[in-house]
Amino acid sequence: MSKELSHNKVRRYGMVIDLDKCTGCGACMVACMAENNVPFKEDESNKRDSITWMKVYKLTNGKPFPNTEICYLPRPCQHCEGHDGHSPCVSVCPATATDYNSETGIVSQIYTRCFGCRYCMAACPYHARYFNWWDPVWPDGMEKYLSPNVSPRMRGVVEKCSFCFHRYQLAKDKAYYEGRSEVREDEYQTACTQACPAGAITFGDLNNPLHAVHQMVKPDLKHAGRPKSPNAFRLLERLGTNPKVYYLSDREWVRRAGDNYMADTKNHLEPKEH
Amino acid sequence: MSSLDEKDNAVPADSNAQASLPNDTSKDKMDEKENETSGFIIFFFIIGLVASLIAGWVIFPKLLYSKKDQPINFNHLLHMAEVDDGCQSCHFLRTDGSFSGIPGLKQCIGCHDEIQGESKDEAIFVEEYVQKGREVPWLIYSRQQDCVFFSHAAHIKGDGMDCVTCHGHIGESEQTRVYEENRITGLSRDIWGKSISGFNANSWERMKMNDCAKCHKEAIGKASSVQTGKEGCFVCHK
Repeated sequence: MSKELSHNKVRRYGMVIDLDKCTGCGACMVACMAENNVPFKEDESNKRDSITWMKVYKLTNGKPFPNTEICYLPRPCQHCEGHDGHSPCVSVCPATATDYNSETGIVSQIYTRCFGCRYCMAACPYHARYFNWWDPVWPDGMEKYLSPNVSPRMRGVVEKCSFCFHRYQLAKDKAYYEGRSEVREDEYQTACTQACPAGAITFGDLNNPLHAVHQMVKPDLKHAGRPKSPNAFRLLERLGTNPKVYYLSDREWVRRAGDNYMADTKNHLEPKEH
Repeated sequence: MSSLDEKDNAVPADSNAQASLPNDTSKDKMDEKENETSGFIIFFFIIGLVASLIAGWVIFPKLLYSKKDQPINFNHLLHMAEVDDGCQSCHFLRTDGSFSGIPGLKQCIGCHDEIQGESKDEAIFVEEYVQKGREVPWLIYSRQQDCVFFSHAAHIKGDGMDCVTCHGHIGESEQTRVYEENRITGLSRDIWGKSISGFNANSWERMKMNDCAKCHKEAIGKASSVQTGKEGCFVCHK
């Protein structure tokens, strides 16, 4: 087993979500909550309190019948790389509780390190971070169904999507056992990817030309990973957050919505200086 | 006392002078008293210091840990002589890379279907657990908090470490140790370590985060974390 190989390879795990395939069924949200021991309340009607690592938004083109169009947009944590790993949340965390890993490109959240100042929540432009206002309460017997691979969170800490990092760890365990230094593409897939009945979500290493995600969006590494594919876009591209979640859509209004309808939005705008 | 006071305020000055007379005579007595009181202060300070040191270093650790016996007195040495593959005969990596940990009944039944020797512990094991089909509720010395991810595969296969580095010479033990459980955290004392002062002669005497971090820093020395310039937290935390 060559240790150097397994440790020095730089991966950038990312996701491509085809919005034209998404039906808005919400299976990704359910799968995510079950996989990651996400707590819920008896009454979830107040959405400002609910914790949804993966959240499906409903977009509309705002036109009257018969030209109304709907698009569902699943939003996990975007795992922003920013510039050299200085994503919005990582740069502001005073507790070193959230971190950008230059080996996997995953933004981690260490619950035992977080003291709940919620600065990262204010910094995140995607509302991907959630605060635990209460200790989790599981219905009787349900704690036996919790995943042992993900630690449950307590009151007073922030949590978010981890790209199912525990699955990466388990895949690496298997690779170690078999004496491999590489985790194969199909060995590490997130729960939402596998749950999507429409196959709208694709997950893999953006740096690896053999992985489907790389082929679908063709990230331009010289320009902060901006997609070369004409139908691909990232949310709020012009903020320079350099996210690793890409969206695909044939519809122009959807792509424009991805940049919040800025007046002069075109799909492939040059990013402004930061 | 200033000269202004002596000229303008004769009466108070006089009274001061008078008052100072008995002071002069009692000065030696006062010194004696002060010596006595400071002696008492030092005496009580030392008593207090010793008492709090004893409370903190001896009594508190005793109160902090409850002592439990393992359900069965297990003889590692005896078993090591019987098996072919050392520790890995019973504590092995599964084919998916996960670690089996403490063996279940299924593995023990291979040999202990019936009572083999004359040991009282084996008789208890066979009668109470094997024949009734109950798993043994072993107390795990090395169990970590649930926020810790530890990969045996990475350490054994990836790095070629041996069991002794973290678990000590448990394979040579003839009987199980008393399991000391931290009443606050519910974890074994093996995590915090026996030494209250925090000095350890051997690498297996403690399993705290710093002990993992020390090795990770020295042996691996990666800088994958953007925030700290060290190895990322997500390697061991989950």
